[in-house]
Amino acid sequence: MSAPAPTLSATSPVLAPVAWKTPIMLSAIGLLSLVFFGFNGSDQSATFGISTGGDVFTLPDLVVPGIATGIVLGLGMCVLAGYSIFLAREHRPTPGWVPVVFAALFIFAFLVWVVSGARTPQISLAGLIAGSVTLAVPLVFGSLSGVLCERAGVVNIAIEGQLLGGAFSAAIIASVTGSPMLGLLAAAVAGALVSVVLAIFSIKYVVNQIIVGVVLNVLVSGITGFLFTTVMQSDPELYNSPGRLSVIEIPVLSAIPVIGPILFRQSIVGYLMYIAVAAVWIGLFKTRWGLRVRAVGEHPKAADTLGIKVNTTRFVNVVLGGAIAGIGGSFFTLVAIDSFTKEISGGRGFIALAAVIFGRWNPIGAFFAALLFGFADNLQSILTIIGTPVPSQFMAMLPYVVTVFAVAGLVGKSRAPAADGEPYVKG
Amino acid sequence: MSQSELSPGSPPPIHANTIDEKPHGTWERITRGPGLVSVLAVFVALVLGGLLIAATDPKVATTAGYLFSRPSDFFQALWAAGTDSYVSLFQGSIYNSRQGFEPFLETLTVSTPLICAGLGVALAFRAGLFNIGAQGQIIIGAVMASYAGFAWHLPIGLHLLLVILMGVVGGAVWGGLVGLLKARTGAHEVILTIMFNYVALYFLDFLLNTEAFQRPGESNPISPVMDPSAVFPALPGSRLHLGFVMAIALTLLVSWILKRSTIGFEFRAVGANPAAARTAGVNVARSTILVMALAGALAGAAGVAQVAGTEKVLTAGIAASLGFDAITVALLGRSTPWGTFLAGLLFGAFRAGAVTMQISTGTPIDIVLVVQSLIVLFIAAPPLVRAMFGLNRKAKSRPPTKPKHAAPAPAAPASQGGGA
Repeated sequence: MSAPAPTLSATSPVLAPVAWKTPIMLSAIGLLSLVFFGFNGSDQSATFGISTGGDVFTLPDLVVPGIATGIVLGLGMCVLAGYSIFLAREHRPTPGWVPVVFAALFIFAFLVWVVSGARTPQISLAGLIAGSVTLAVPLVFGSLSGVLCERAGVVNIAIEGQLLGGAFSAAIIASVTGSPMLGLLAAAVAGALVSVVLAIFSIKYVVNQIIVGVVLNVLVSGITGFLFTTVMQSDPELYNSPGRLSVIEIPVLSAIPVIGPILFRQSIVGYLMYIAVAAVWIGLFKTRWGLRVRAVGEHPKAADTLGIKVNTTRFVNVVLGGAIAGIGGSFFTLVAIDSFTKEISGGRGFIALAAVIFGRWNPIGAFFAALLFGFADNLQSILTIIGTPVPSQFMAMLPYVVTVFAVAGLVGKSRAPAADGEPYVKG
Repeated sequence: MSQSELSPGSPPPIHANTIDEKPHGTWERITRGPGLVSVLAVFVALVLGGLLIAATDPKVATTAGYLFSRPSDFFQALWAAGTDSYVSLFQGSIYNSRQGFEPFLETLTVSTPLICAGLGVALAFRAGLFNIGAQGQIIIGAVMASYAGFAWHLPIGLHLLLVILMGVVGGAVWGGLVGLLKARTGAHEVILTIMFNYVALYFLDFLLNTEAFQRPGESNPISPVMDPSAVFPALPGSRLHLGFVMAIALTLLVSWILKRSTIGFEFRAVGANPAAARTAGVNVARSTILVMALAGALAGAAGVAQVAGTEKVLTAGIAASLGFDAITVALLGRSTPWGTFLAGLLFGAFRAGAVTMQISTGTPIDIVLVVQSLIVLFIAAPPLVRAMFGLNRKAKSRPPTKPKHAAPAPAAPASQGGGA
């Protein structure tokens, strides 16, 4: 997606290239952090609660001074940037762990800065992380749908519609049958149905995939909004009270501080998320089927020559992706709150799309990108409560700005499957 | 979104199957031409929408209970449910005996921003770019225009001109930024514009909570009312304002740009085949930035029409879903200026009539979204529509003069007539 256009990336590879982009970015961010989070930090201390009520053993709260921590972390970032500059001068690339550690330091420095500057400088770290995972659930499912479709060469802008369709049918079927599990199943079917339309129009009728996606989002929004007003509101007791999927706690393990709640205290949708990420990753990168899918997405003609049915593969992947996104949609009506409202997905399909790109079309990458966006979302609401100087709207903007940087190639490189978005017509 | 599409100004095949063959003979010219397909697409979409309305109608459900004993009741109820809504849609958007043609003025008012933003999307389409970002461009345009409208106090005439200018510049900057990023880094404009929409939305939300934009003594996010000198003069007794004339002028302007100007020729060349255009000496990067800035400027004009015409204040919902409707408008108009104009009128009529429809028949406004998106879906897939009416068979009985599988023609947007 964001690989520079051929003419622009023409740094000649004949001489050992000096990649200055990363060192310069790191230095700039490092220095800014040092000044902004360190010297310009708050003199209050930030308190991070680590344990929650039901844990087996309690860890003490983490209390750190605002300015000092900011300076230490800022210096740490500057050291990493310096190391990157040193490597660049030696004509060596910056290793992958440097930006990762850098990002971790940055996030922590930012957290310390906002929390220590707040009216009540105290947040629960465990709650923050657990909430982030919860908010990320629909994003993860949506981004897995995107990964499956785009790896096979079909652009899926309709994630939003798949999530919304899933949320709606989960609510109505669970209400009518009284069984949230049937609702979950209905959500998968609804997501798959949206995908079938996408597949028919984009694969059979070769309509531009982006157009179909955009229009499908409007269509699903219209249909669910219409049925919400005419059917659900006529008798909310009967049609719009799905009940919730219960939280399944795994004994002992769920009492581990911090990671217990996020891994072992989830609804079935939460567990399915972990399973789906693993399954899609293994499927795409460790099986014969996955190799074929990726071949179709990268070079359909070659795949066709070798006897792989390009359009059938695409059709299956798009429908499968839709079913997964549909399950993600059920999160809204069966886990988060127990009723449907208009536009309940609230644009999260587009954040999921961003997560696909930010995660470089890799299920695990998309998972972590979705977690990051969930984190930003959750932090925003927590920061509003504790009253920080940063306007909440800027926190809400963060995922989108980060994605712009990602696609513009300023944060690493992300390259779409080569045939992504291109219809395949045999012959 | 592919590697090959990364070169700036790559062509999206919009109506892939529409333009593959030259029609021969009168019958084929009618059945294979885009006109009939458009009409049939609207018809099918309306029928499907009517069925959806009927399916949720309680009277239809009751009569279906005794369908076999008295089928006529059922079909009467079905017909009534399906058509009543459309009749009141018509009455609310074009003409009714009580108000005469007054509703039509409302339709023109609602169409104004749709046409402006639709032109922006259409212009970008012609240059091979997907401008999903009209929403954000409208917001930024509206923010700039409204600020000039309520914060500055200038003489009549000059004030309105400055408001328009600010709005157009705002939209142009927001759109041009996407063009710049695409031209410089190869990032895909669809992703960029979607992200820019959200950034603009939250930025607007932020601004409306600052002292500079929030109305004094108001806790809701709403701006002060625009000065009387900063708004379009309105036709007495209606909401129709001079902005509609601006929309007509912009349609003429876009038509002129595409048909007669050098940059318009460059846009179309880049849209048809960026590699060939580059070889022929067109500066593709410059063209990309320019067309996105122009598209943004047109969407910005839609923002001006909203704040200086219809609403007269800046609110968080100033852009409603205009930016997304604009995409369907441009698609229905087949990316031609006057096609977009007419499509804008049609969807404006849907919007205006839907309010009356919801009040008189209780049919939710959302049905408009359904019909609108179905129209665009069907128009984008002419073979499907022709198959529904059996028009494909007639054509096949003649000696086939075209390849069986219509290749996705990349030149689709540019080859559909030279403008209007």
